[in-house]
Amino acid sequence: MNKKEFFSAHDPKIVSTLQKAIIGIAGAGGLGSNIAVSLARAGIGKLILADLDKIEPSNLNRQQFFTDQIGMPKVIALLENLNKISPFTKYQVHVIKLNEENIPFIYKDVDIMVEAFDKAEMKTMLIETWLTNFPDKPIIAASGLAGWGKNELLHSRKIDNLYICGDEKTDLQTGISPMAPRVGIVANMQANIVLEILLKAL
Amino acid sequence: MIMKKITVNDNIIDWEENMTIIRILKIMNYTFRMLVVKVDGKLIKKNEYESTIVSPDVDVKVIHLISGG
Repeated sequence: MNKKEFFSAHDPKIVSTLQKAIIGIAGAGGLGSNIAVSLARAGIGKLILADLDKIEPSNLNRQQFFTDQIGMPKVIALLENLNKISPFTKYQVHVIKLNEENIPFIYKDVDIMVEAFDKAEMKTMLIETWLTNFPDKPIIAASGLAGWGKNELLHSRKIDNLYICGDEKTDLQTGISPMAPRVGIVANMQANIVLEILLKAL
Repeated sequence: MIMKKITVNDNIIDWEENMTIIRILKIMNYTFRMLVVKVDGKLIKKNEYESTIVSPDVDVKVIHLISGG
């Protein structure tokens, strides 16, 4: 399979723009693994991913990993899977816990940042770090995606360079955990905004 | 006398003397722990909520971040 064949379903005029783009994804769990798969299929030039966690059996209910990858660092397993999906995206992965100090270095070259953490504390830390260090570069975050159903509550909104996807309501609590359909929808809303920003000039 | 106003997430509320971010969050009954706050596009960090006093007519955006991903 050559590049032309891979992109033969794409409008030719978008391919070069997508192939030039560098996108950061912070976290490689339910959101991050789905975002990465969609952006690789879309033909983004380079993805930079970071996550410290290893794959646990409980992750397979929503994350793009396989049973034989349990125990592997998520970004290493994701690299394997992404290489099978598309060799036409470059992947840079970091097995590291992201913090205020390393985020500006790891993601300094990205055009757009995508927040894909699980914990609210980490989401807030990333957004504050990003808006402080790179106020001119877009960041796309997710908030409120646990449970099932309620498609009609999912939305995205833009506040300057900060985009939020989700229902901004549903908190994790007993009996309400993240599940594949709703996490996948929100992850793909984020990936869809990446494409919208990159392709808006076309 | 015309009351001075501010906008919080598209809601128009009365402005008060020495109105801090903490006070705005209380008025709006925003109880979520993890927030991102912007005033006229400028990020206000958590440790500045008590010390930041807003002027009339500012546009405040409060985004709450919920666990799950």
